[in-house]
Amino acid sequence: MVSIRPGPVTVGGVALDNHLLLAAGILGTTASSLSRVLLSGAGGVVTKSIGPHPKDGHAGPCLVVLEKGILNAMGLPNPSKEFVDEITSLAKKPVIVSIFGSNPDEFALVGSWFAGKVAGIELNLSCPHAEGYGSAIGTDPALVEACTRAVSKSGIATWVKLTPNVTDITAIGKAAERGGARAIVAINTIKAMRISTGMKCPVLGNRYGGLSGSAVFPIAVRCVYELYETCKIPIIGCGGVATADNVVEMMMAGASAVEIGSAVYHDVKVFETIQADLYRKDGLTPEEIIGCAHG
Amino acid sequence: MVDQLPQTVSILRVKKETPLIRTYVMDRSFVFSPGQFVMVWIPGTDEIPMALSSEKTITVQKAGDATNTLFSFGPGDKLGVRGPFGNGFTKGEKVLAIAGGVGAAPLLPLAREDCVMTLLLGARTEAELLFVDQLDECTDVLIATDDGSLGVEGYVTALMDELNLGAYDRISVCGPEMMMRAVLTRVEEKGIAHKTEFSLHRYMKCGVGICGSCCIDPSGLRVCRDGPVFPGDLLLKSEFGHYMRDASGRKKDI
Ligand SMILES: Cc1cc2nc3c(=O)[nH]c(=O)nc-3n(C[C@H](O)[C@H](O)[C@H](O)COP(=O)(O)O)c2cc1C
Ligand code: FES
Repeated sequence: MVSIRPGPVTVGGVALDNHLLLAAGILGTTASSLSRVLLSGAGGVVTKSIGPHPKDGHAGPCLVVLEKGILNAMGLPNPSKEFVDEITSLAKKPVIVSIFGSNPDEFALVGSWFAGKVAGIELNLSCPHAEGYGSAIGTDPALVEACTRAVSKSGIATWVKLTPNVTDITAIGKAAERGGARAIVAINTIKAMRISTGMKCPVLGNRYGGLSGSAVFPIAVRCVYELYETCKIPIIGCGGVATADNVVEMMMAGASAVEIGSAVYHDVKVFETIQADLYRKDGLTPEEIIGCAHG
Repeated sequence: MVDQLPQTVSILRVKKETPLIRTYVMDRSFVFSPGQFVMVWIPGTDEIPMALSSEKTITVQKAGDATNTLFSFGPGDKLGVRGPFGNGFTKGEKVLAIAGGVGAAPLLPLAREDCVMTLLLGARTEAELLFVDQLDECTDVLIATDDGSLGVEGYVTALMDELNLGAYDRISVCGPEMMMRAVLTRVEEKGIAHKTEFSLHRYMKCGVGICGSCCIDPSGLRVCRDGPVFPGDLLLKSEFGHYMRDASGRKKDI
């Protein structure tokens, strides 16, 4: 297996302890759980997406575990501004706050709460199952550019997370780049549904949800590959990463780092596990691997 | 592994246990350990965590929208069930079980496994005592009610003072959080917090350990996956008895 030489990692203006980040919305609601994931070997953590107002999220069922993936419709539950106090104990740690809003002003407002308090901000422009937020914005290049600029103009390292639920993800990636994004995160979940045959109705309370986990890995690799061909800013690969070899594959597609979410279901210490397999003193340098699959 | 979609079950019978507590008998059995829970989908309303009170029953206290809807359900109505999830109680040789209110639900199957020497059962008043007869059949039950309508007047902690706690190898507790915190304080004074375990109740969305809505401070442990049963010594310096979080993740006092 290809392994990587350990060393300092800086991606999109954020210094990380290694190439593995916790993805948004997984164990990301409290400082304690984020800290637990950092202690278990994550090189950085992305928080639950925080919005302009507190939200309870959708009625349940919010999540079902499938054979090769996870289907969820949490509905962006979040404590809003109270989260600023929640994460003060994590100051100086590689913490990226995920934020959402329904227009550029809301993004700017929520971003301003965290400016100077966290290592970076990730814009969730891509949630496939919350009315008026996320993916509703993330499919429109002009809005993506405007929302990105609304946050990036403050100077904070701004990452933009893309939805795969578009015909051409590179058009959205380029819009984020124009808006001043320092990195692109690809991908969020893929719009999906399951129906309970016993109940004769969709399983999720919100009916529609987003698919993540191993099932989406090939789609995520394809998106990262396409974005690498068209964008200059670094790409953070996300979607179905579960092993060290998956990390290497994402990097060969063009990712400078990866985010991991669903794999936490099988192994809460997945960061420790992957790190042990991924890094070797005699491994390749990241530069030799990133994008090497592009001929 | 296969898809873990909710299993559709039909309600066979509903039993009124107390004015606010009912037991729902389902048409299928679940292999489980006492203390484990299932996520119960009440169609059109919500999905909520519920301890199994036996392999085919859940015992529910009316508390909010979801349980209100469930109280309108009867035989033939359908529920979705995911699970069982969580760790359950550690089995001991000589267990003291302490139950308050609907907290007797997960402790009944533990008592039926014949390892509970003594069970302290508490409620506000006689009519609200849960499973008195069923528990009497399998263990030695001591009762306390807040109003003294049956048993000792006061909290279950008062009953603890009459026992030689050293005689038990485990103390397993489930009930309202203030009552559990009072038990924890008592066992800490006696230096036996490490022998105790408490079943926690926290708001849950996923039930399987990924969303983070049920994590407790400061350990970051997940009540749905690392719990719901935690050792007393781990809870001593924690949010337990002080605050929990609502659906949005904001703290609220207990
Ligand atoms: C339970 C759950 C909650 C999520 N919440 C968020 C969120 O709040 N914001 C966001 O940008 N992405 C969210 N996501 C998407 C993940 O961050 C990630 O993009 C997606 O799950 C794909 O990665 P994975 O296969 O490693 O999980 C969530 C995913 C899951 C499974
Ligand atoms: S309910 Fe989601 S982690 Fe426990």
